[in-house]
Amino acid sequence: MALFDYAPAPESRAAAGDIASTYGHFIDGEFVESTGSEALKTIDPSTEEVLAEFAQGTEADVDRAVAAARKAFTSWSALPGAERGKYLFRIARIIQERSRELAVLESIDNGKPIKETRDVDLPLVAAHFFYYAGWADKLEFAGYGSNPRPVGVAAQVIPWNFPLLMLAWKIAPALATGNTVVLKPAETTPLTALRFAEICRQAGLPKGVVNIITGDGRTGAALTAHPEIDKVAFTGSTEVGRAIARTLAGTTKRLSLELGGKAANIVFDDAPIDQAVEGIVDGIFFNQGHVCCAGSRLLVQESVHDDVMDALKRRMSTLRVGDPLDKNTDIGAINSAAQLARIQELTAAGEAEGAERWSPACELPSAGYWFAPTVFSNVSATHRIAREEIFGPVLSVLTFRTPEEAVAKANNTPYGLSAGIWTEKGSRILWMASKLRAGVVWSNTFNKFDPTSPFGGYKESGYGREGGRHGLEAYLDV
Amino acid sequence: MSEPTTALRLDVYKTYKLFVGGKFPRSESGRVYEVTDRKSGEWLANAPQGTRKDTRDAVSAARKAFGGWSGATAYNRGQILYRAAEMLQGRREQYIAEVALSEGLTAKKAAPLVDAAVDRLVWYAGWTDKVAQIAGNANPVAGPYFNLSTPEPTGVVGVVAPQSGHGFSLLGLVSVLAPVVATGNTAVVALAPGAPLPGLSLGEVLATSDLPGGVVNLISGRTEDIAPTLASHADVNALDLSGVVADEGPASAKSLETAAADTLKRVLRPESASYDWTTAPGTDRLLTFLETKTVWHPMGM
Repeated sequence: MALFDYAPAPESRAAAGDIASTYGHFIDGEFVESTGSEALKTIDPSTEEVLAEFAQGTEADVDRAVAAARKAFTSWSALPGAERGKYLFRIARIIQERSRELAVLESIDNGKPIKETRDVDLPLVAAHFFYYAGWADKLEFAGYGSNPRPVGVAAQVIPWNFPLLMLAWKIAPALATGNTVVLKPAETTPLTALRFAEICRQAGLPKGVVNIITGDGRTGAALTAHPEIDKVAFTGSTEVGRAIARTLAGTTKRLSLELGGKAANIVFDDAPIDQAVEGIVDGIFFNQGHVCCAGSRLLVQESVHDDVMDALKRRMSTLRVGDPLDKNTDIGAINSAAQLARIQELTAAGEAEGAERWSPACELPSAGYWFAPTVFSNVSATHRIAREEIFGPVLSVLTFRTPEEAVAKANNTPYGLSAGIWTEKGSRILWMASKLRAGVVWSNTFNKFDPTSPFGGYKESGYGREGGRHGLEAYLDV
Repeated sequence: MSEPTTALRLDVYKTYKLFVGGKFPRSESGRVYEVTDRKSGEWLANAPQGTRKDTRDAVSAARKAFGGWSGATAYNRGQILYRAAEMLQGRREQYIAEVALSEGLTAKKAAPLVDAAVDRLVWYAGWTDKVAQIAGNANPVAGPYFNLSTPEPTGVVGVVAPQSGHGFSLLGLVSVLAPVVATGNTAVVALAPGAPLPGLSLGEVLATSDLPGGVVNLISGRTEDIAPTLASHADVNALDLSGVVADEGPASAKSLETAAADTLKRVLRPESASYDWTTAPGTDRLLTFLETKTVWHPMGM
C-alpha cells in the first residue's frame, strides 16, 4: 500500500484532434487513396479499440511515391540551402505549436505514457528538425568535402517504438542535405506520420519532397527493393536489416541501419545505489522497454548485488502501470498483441531455463496489452533472456567481480548499440568506456538523447549514425 | 699461381610464402600455383595457393592482434607505419623489379609507383594521431553533460586487394591496406591472384617494421576461395571489396555483400577496374572502417 494514492490525472483524448476513420497515403503533396483495396487497422493498445483504418501500400503505390520523390528531387536539391533550412525551421515551429496534439495522438496510437510523449518524444522531435534546419546552408563546413551533394531519393522505414521521433531522425537530415524521401511508418503506429503530412502542407513544403506510404512489411519490402531509390535508411529489427542489406547487395544504393541491442548496464560497488537504481529503472522501463538501446542486461558487481536488488525491487514497486493518458503513469501499454506474445515467450523461457522471476504486485487493466515490470535474477550468460532482445519491460541481472569481467560480459553479444556504467571513479569510467564495443555509452546516466549527439551501433546493431554532424554523412554523396 | 677460375653462380630463388600471424607459413594445402611475367608469360615463381583454412587461420590471427593494435597509442601506430615506409624504401630495387614484372611495365615506369607506395605509407603514418581530431566531435547537447564522439576501429577487415588499374600490385595494395591498419583495424588480405609477388614481399617489410604479428595477414591464391571465406566469416567485421573484378559467381560483389549481410559487416564497394592508384587518396578510405562512439558524462558538483 502506497503512502499516498494518486488521483487519476488523465490528459484529454480530444486533444489528439480528429482522427479520420480511414487514411490513404500522402504522395506528391496530396492525400490519396491506395491503388489497392486492402486496409489495415490501427488500434489503441491500451484498450484494443480501433482508431482508424489505413491503406496497405501496394507496389503501384510505392511506384507513385518514388516517382513523386524523384520528380521533386531536381528542384529541392537545387534550392539554396538557406531556403531548404527555412522549411525545416517552419516544420520545427509547427511541431512545437502542435506538440500537445501530437503527444496525445502518439500515446493513443502507441500505448506509451503521455509523460514520455510530452516530455521526451515531442521536444526531441522539434529539436531534431531545428538542429538539422541549421545545417542546410552550412554543409560545406561539415567536414564532408567542399561541395557535398545529396544522394537522391531516400526510402525510409521506421519502427513503432518512437514513431514521430524516428520520423524526425530520418526526415530532418535527409531534407537538410537536399534529398527527397518516401517514408513508411510502422503498421501499428501510422497516425502521427500521417498527421506530420498535414504539417508539411502547413509549412508549404514543395510537393513530393516528403511522401508517406503506409502498410506492413510487404510495403516496406517493395519500397526498399524499388529500383529508382538511391538510399535506404531503416530502423528496426536486425533480421529485417539483414534482409535489406541482402536486397541492396551488388547495387550502388546506400544503406544505413539502426537495429537491435542488448545493452549492458554495469553497476560497480562504489556507485551511489539510489542514483544507479533510478538509472536502471529508466534504462529498462522507459517506453515499456520498447527501446533498442534499453539497458536490458544489468551487470552488477557481486559485492553489492543484494543491496542493488533490494533497492531495485523497492523502486519497481512504486512504478505505476496503466492508462497511457494518465499523467502519473510510468509504464503504458505494450504496443501490440504480437509484441506481448514475444515478451511472454521469452520470459517463459527465462523461467524454464532456471532464472528467478520477480514482478511487483501490480494490477493490470483487463482490456489492452499489458506486461508488469519484471526482473530476472540468477541469469547466466547462455540464457535466452541474456542474449535475445526482449523489447519489453524485462530486466536480466548478471553479476561480475572485476572490471575486466564486466567488459568481457558486456561485449559478449553480437549487438553493440549502447551501454551504461555506474561508478564514482572517473578513470574507471573512461577505461570502461574505451573497452565497451558500443556506439553510445552513458556514464552515471542512461537513455539520454540529443539531436547534436550521434546515435548508432557497432557490430550487428547496424551501421551509420543518426544525429549530430555525423548524421549528415548518411545522406551525402561523400 | 694460376688465376682463379670464374665458376658459374646460380641465383638463389625466393620461396614466396603467406604472411599470417607475423610468420611466413606455406599454405596448409601444400599447393602452389605458377606466377608469370605479365608481359612475356614466362614463369617467375611459385606462389602459395592459400585456402579457406589458411584464410580462417589468418582471421584468428587478426582477431587475436586486434586488442593490442587498436589499444596501441596512435603515435605508436604512426611510428610503425613510418618504419614500414623506411623498410620499403630500403628494398626499392627489389620492388621495382617485382612491380615491373607484375604489371608489365619497364623498370623506369615501375620506379615512381614504388616511390609512391613509400610516400603513401608516410601519408598514412602521419594520419594515425590526427584522424580522431577530424572524425571526432564534441557535441553541445541541451543539458548538463559532457558529450564526446570519438572514432574507433571497426575490427577485423577482410580486404580484396586491387587486381587492376595503374599501380595496382604494390601502390594499390598499400593504398587499401594502410588506411585500414592506420586507424587500428587488423586486416586479412586476399592478394591479387595474378600478381601476388609484391604483396607477398610486403610481408617481409611489415615483419621488420615492429608491426605486431597478426595485424596484417597476406594470402595469395584464388579469390573465389579467399574472399567468400572472409565475407561469410562471423569474426570479420568489415569488407573492403576494392579489388573485386568478377561480375558474377562467388567472388562477385553481389555474392560477397550478400554473405556479409548475415553478420551486417560494413562493406566498401569495388573500385573501378581502371582506377589510377597514383591518384591522391584524400580521407575517404581513412574514414571508412571506423565506428563512432559517443560517451555521455554528467556534469555536476
